[in-house]
Amino acid sequence: MKTNYTYPFLILTVILLFCFVLNISLGSVSIPFSEVLGSLFGSVDNETWQVIITKVRLPKAITAIMVGSGLGISGLLMQTLFRNPLAGPFVLGISSGASLGVAIVILGSGLFGGLFATVLISKWSIVIAASLGSFLVLLAVLAVSSRVRDTMAILIIGLMFGSITAAIVSVLSYFSSAEQLQQYIFWGFGSLSNLSWEELLIFFCIYSVGIVLSIFSVKGLNALLLGDNYAKSLGLSLKSSRFVIIFATSLIAGTITAFAGPIAFIGLAIPHLTRQIFKTTNHKILLPAVFLFGAIVMLICDSIAQVPTSDYMLPINAITALVGAPVVIWLLVRQRKMMF
Amino acid sequence: MTTHKRNIVKVTDLSIGYKTKKAETVVASNINFELEKGQLIGLVGANGIGKSTLLRTLIKVQSALNGNISINGNDLNSTSTIELAKQLSIVLTEPLISKNLSVFELVSLGRHPYTNWIGNLSEEDVSTVNNALEHVNILNLKDKKCYELSDGQLQKVMIARALAQDTAIIVLDEPTTHLDMYHKAYILKLLQKLTKETGKTILFSSHEIDLAIQLCDTMIVMQKDKVVCDQPCNLISQGVFNSLFPKDLIAFDEKTGSFRVAK
Repeated sequence: MKTNYTYPFLILTVILLFCFVLNISLGSVSIPFSEVLGSLFGSVDNETWQVIITKVRLPKAITAIMVGSGLGISGLLMQTLFRNPLAGPFVLGISSGASLGVAIVILGSGLFGGLFATVLISKWSIVIAASLGSFLVLLAVLAVSSRVRDTMAILIIGLMFGSITAAIVSVLSYFSSAEQLQQYIFWGFGSLSNLSWEELLIFFCIYSVGIVLSIFSVKGLNALLLGDNYAKSLGLSLKSSRFVIIFATSLIAGTITAFAGPIAFIGLAIPHLTRQIFKTTNHKILLPAVFLFGAIVMLICDSIAQVPTSDYMLPINAITALVGAPVVIWLLVRQRKMMF
Repeated sequence: MTTHKRNIVKVTDLSIGYKTKKAETVVASNINFELEKGQLIGLVGANGIGKSTLLRTLIKVQSALNGNISINGNDLNSTSTIELAKQLSIVLTEPLISKNLSVFELVSLGRHPYTNWIGNLSEEDVSTVNNALEHVNILNLKDKKCYELSDGQLQKVMIARALAQDTAIIVLDEPTTHLDMYHKAYILKLLQKLTKETGKTILFSSHEIDLAIQLCDTMIVMQKDKVVCDQPCNLISQGVFNSLFPKDLIAFDEKTGSFRVAK
């Protein structure tokens, strides 16, 4: 009757730890495995290796875990809330909002004149612009969603916001220099590296708030599986739970996009993959499972992206799409219908 | 059981319909009836007469334009959604959002108003769910996924879910649509059995007037100008069913209690 999920979770946790260590031990500089383990506990003779591990690889691996798990969870929340298997954190227009913010900072800086431009284009300004952009789009979606009852309409409105921002971005790119365009495109590739510990701390704080909010939404999410009217008849306050779910998603997806760029397919593919393997719709099981899967897949994608033992660093967004899109196709072919 | 009749639902001077900023569309007005505890009540009427609107108003999905609804002596407007969830459960016509739910998962969602913040099922909850499954005779379907079920089975599962919610009243909106003749009779008979066994008050809307006449304790008949609520035999002798539909095509035969197509 009650399926025991202890073993799957145990196995996934072990795989996650393995991927974490694997991810840290791979890179352009080859460091012996024993030294990698040693450096985690702060006892390595070679100082360069120590610096590489603690300043570069460890922050990157932690970023990968937060990005993967966060995007997976926001995808799960959106798919249930919008009862749409195609929903992801980005259909709400959260990433388009972030892109718009970044585009205005990078591409629009030319319009503001020389001196201003150098001040504007720093890492922090991009983070702030992205957060602000996604937050503003979110506010707009929230304002609309309190008026529109139909969740499908909110989904379409999210897509429309996406189109509007895409249009503004292309207008901006028409007027900007090749250099600025390149910078914007690089941001669009997504990147898990280059986060300092301080940035990571801020990332972690906002991310945690989002995760805690989603944990508190678990019961409501399960009720929403029956549809709005049934959920209401079960005593669920539709308005407030919808608000909390959207707010949590935007916090998680917004910060991720701000710090790591728009990363595709993880939010869409991971929840479906998890449902296939865990064969349940109970969010109490799905939420931690999506967390683990998202983190594992992201660590693997990142390990592939840095092309082990070479100096190349492929754009992470390309890897996630290469991994994510086939997964979605495979799922569709296998069950002929996307169910959730 | 006392011989004293207890009215569990009381509707006074109710008018139902839709309200927008500009206009008010009244679907039906001047509705008065009282429902007794432990009865099976059928709501019948022609298409578009407002059966669903009435049910939606009773379950607080939409608000009444005027008048009063009291459930268990409490005014519906002042009852919070969570309180109402413990008094009234529903089975709707709208399709299930997630067909990937297993039968057990779906039925246990009925325990939602009673579970803790994360929705853990206590042993008591689990046994309530199993009881509900047993009452509806679908204990064997427990581990099936909803997409594997037939329409008839799915309807039973939805009824089991409403039972698991452990409410005094269950409201069903057209529980027999999409079902074959056998399952129509089966579902309605099941509802009758449930009122007897569990003492719940069950209100359903249906187009199966013949079946409803045979099985219901009370019937609510919605007509263009009035809403009548009485025992089926009284309604027949008052000739209420005769005026339900235009007589040129179908007529009510009082002797058999069924409709005949005019030849």
